[in-house]
Amino acid sequence: MTTSRILILYAHPAHERSRANRTMIEAARTLPNVRIHDLYECYPDFHIDVDYEQTQLHEADLVVFHHPIHWYSMPALQKEWTDLVLERGWAFGPGGDALRGKDFWLVASTGGDEMSYQPNGRHGHPFDDFLPPYQQTAQLCGMHWKTPYLLHGAHQIDNDAMTMHAANYRALLDSYPEWPDSTSAGSPR
Amino acid sequence: MEQTLLHPLIYLLAAVVAVPIAKKLGLGAVLGYLLAGIAIGPWGLGLISEVEDILHFSEFGVVLLLFLIGLELDPKRLWSLRRHIFGWGSAQVGLVSLGLFGAALAVGIDWRVALIGALGMSLSSTAIALATLGERKLTATPAGSAGFAILLFQDIAAIPMMAAVPLLGVAVAQGSGQGWLHTLQVVAVIALLIFGGRYLIRPILRIIAKTDMREIFTAFSLLLVIATCLLMQSVGMSMALGTFLAGVLLADSEYRHALESDLEPFKGLLLGLFFIAVGMSVDFGIFLEQPWLILGMVLGFLVIKTAVLYGLAKCFRIPRDQQVFFAFLLSQGGEFAFVVFGAAATAQVLTPRISSILVVVVALSMVITPLLLLLHDRVLLPRLQARGRQPEDDIEPQDNPVIIAGFGRFGQIVGRLLHANGIGLTILDHDPDQVESLRKFGFKVFYGDATRIDLLRTAGADKARLIVIAIDDAPASLKLVEAVQRAFPHLKIAARARNVTHLYDLMDRGVTVLERETFESALQMGRQVLRQLDFGSYRAHRAAMKFRAHNIETLHKLYPHYKDQQQMVSMAVQAREELEAMFASDNDAITDGDKHRWD
Repeated sequence: MTTSRILILYAHPAHERSRANRTMIEAARTLPNVRIHDLYECYPDFHIDVDYEQTQLHEADLVVFHHPIHWYSMPALQKEWTDLVLERGWAFGPGGDALRGKDFWLVASTGGDEMSYQPNGRHGHPFDDFLPPYQQTAQLCGMHWKTPYLLHGAHQIDNDAMTMHAANYRALLDSYPEWPDSTSAGSPR
Repeated sequence: MEQTLLHPLIYLLAAVVAVPIAKKLGLGAVLGYLLAGIAIGPWGLGLISEVEDILHFSEFGVVLLLFLIGLELDPKRLWSLRRHIFGWGSAQVGLVSLGLFGAALAVGIDWRVALIGALGMSLSSTAIALATLGERKLTATPAGSAGFAILLFQDIAAIPMMAAVPLLGVAVAQGSGQGWLHTLQVVAVIALLIFGGRYLIRPILRIIAKTDMREIFTAFSLLLVIATCLLMQSVGMSMALGTFLAGVLLADSEYRHALESDLEPFKGLLLGLFFIAVGMSVDFGIFLEQPWLILGMVLGFLVIKTAVLYGLAKCFRIPRDQQVFFAFLLSQGGEFAFVVFGAAATAQVLTPRISSILVVVVALSMVITPLLLLLHDRVLLPRLQARGRQPEDDIEPQDNPVIIAGFGRFGQIVGRLLHANGIGLTILDHDPDQVESLRKFGFKVFYGDATRIDLLRTAGADKARLIVIAIDDAPASLKLVEAVQRAFPHLKIAARARNVTHLYDLMDRGVTVLERETFESALQMGRQVLRQLDFGSYRAHRAAMKFRAHNIETLHKLYPHYKDQQQMVSMAVQAREELEAMFASDNDAITDGDKHRWD
């Protein structure tokens, strides 16, 4: 059985100041079949090497977008990456089947807790309402949408909860692709 | 002493008086010189009487003109023009000679005289035509380039013509002996010229350039031209053709611009002198004896030649509104006529009298050309333009939008970035070694002192959009900024600053596009060091950006005070303290975890 290859696209603009995400990523680092690609470390000037990125993607079965949620979306460099790397004719469109059949997994943290992500909460919507752009991106590239792994209220979380969340993350990565609730692309949740 | 200085005084006085007046009246400089010559010559005020010598001396002006023209061309272009040169040139010379020959025979002139006359007069005046084109800035038009190609051919054709003269004569052919030997000599000389031009001259130029003494470089330029002339003359070849070849051989060398700048002033003056001499040589004595005959000849000559040229203009598909101009431009007889007729007289094909008559006719035709062109401008052109312009052929602009002065470590990076993005560059540098090695990489680099206005002009500063001043000598760069602002006010300036003081000096002069030569690279080094010390790369990037912004802000804040050292020190200290405070507050955030928005 071939070992699954996992690529984590980690996009944190202030990794050194991070608590939760840093803990999570350090947990993931110990797995041999996981490659962690720190975007802000590699491309501080936002000058992305598209060819290199595409080669990396070829060699992955599971593509993870791991980042803190900024303004209901991904940090700027991850967006820049998406804009440049997922080219027409390569990721989508005629002849664009490089990512077809691969798995897409969003691993994200939010500052606001679950309560704030309610219709009458601070953010006015459940968090799922902010997922369609991610889902449709995966969809258009022919990728399978996996249930996101989310951490809400990352600022208030205590150390124990944080450690457990990180351990769980590691366990999921380790057990991939044997996941209990593999959801296919399409309807959210 | 007084005697030798008197003549130059007269010439210069004549030029200085006549040319501005002529230009004011819209007559053109060439006509001004010609009239000046007539005025001061034996038939005017009689201030000068030995015309022969001056004519010979000032032919040097024509020679220089051809050298400079050769420099402007490069061998590839010359080769690509070969169809025009040989095709159109031979058509022009052939048809005009035929026309004149036929006409001469028709009025009962001896066939030998008719032949020499026709051939000699089929050639036009390189000096007048090119000077006119240059003055009106029409060299790059279809008419201009056609005219140029034809003139070039005429220079070549003059050689066999000169060779043919003795064959028609009764007297023994003088000079170089049998045909075979002569041909061999000519071939040898041309080979020597090509070999020397390609392999000898440039190393010598390099050595001289390294002495860094302008006047020696100028002296060598003149030496080169004179030596080429003498070489050509020794085998009876056209001097102008020889120097033209020499110019072409040096056209793609890095010294082209420097040679051009050095020789340009000489050319201008000597050409003027030449035209004065032509004016002086119009022998009004002969004219007064047989005015009608001469006028008739002039008229007949001009009509036939102009008609043929006009017909050729149509064949060569020269745009409609340039056809008449083209015909008038080349309608006159040329300098070679003087030479050919002189040789013919010596070989006794022509009697001295006939030779003099022909010379007068040619000289008069030269005087008339500017008048014809005036007629063209004032009367014909408005009519032609009224009929609606046809789209002209476009000759692509020769000038690049960017000039880079100083192509060392700094200028090269700028240049290469521009070059990689398809922007044409003209590069000036004053280190011959540098220039030499850079050309190997395929850059168009020219040797010269960029602070010279004439060199900048030759490099296209009139038409360029921007000049990058990347030279490393700060006072020289300031001088250059001032020179550019004076002579080329439209030209944008981008300058390298050696240090902050230099930067301020440049800002004083209103330069806004500036870059300190070491700042950005030092900053990048700082970033790398931070990363080596385990700063995340994005954090290091932001730290550097912050530092940079603050630094530039401080720079501008301190600018008004930079003359006052004392003030500056205290402000600089204050600025540094502010920066430290900024970084401190930044750093606190990392330990102060839960307050911060990012996780």
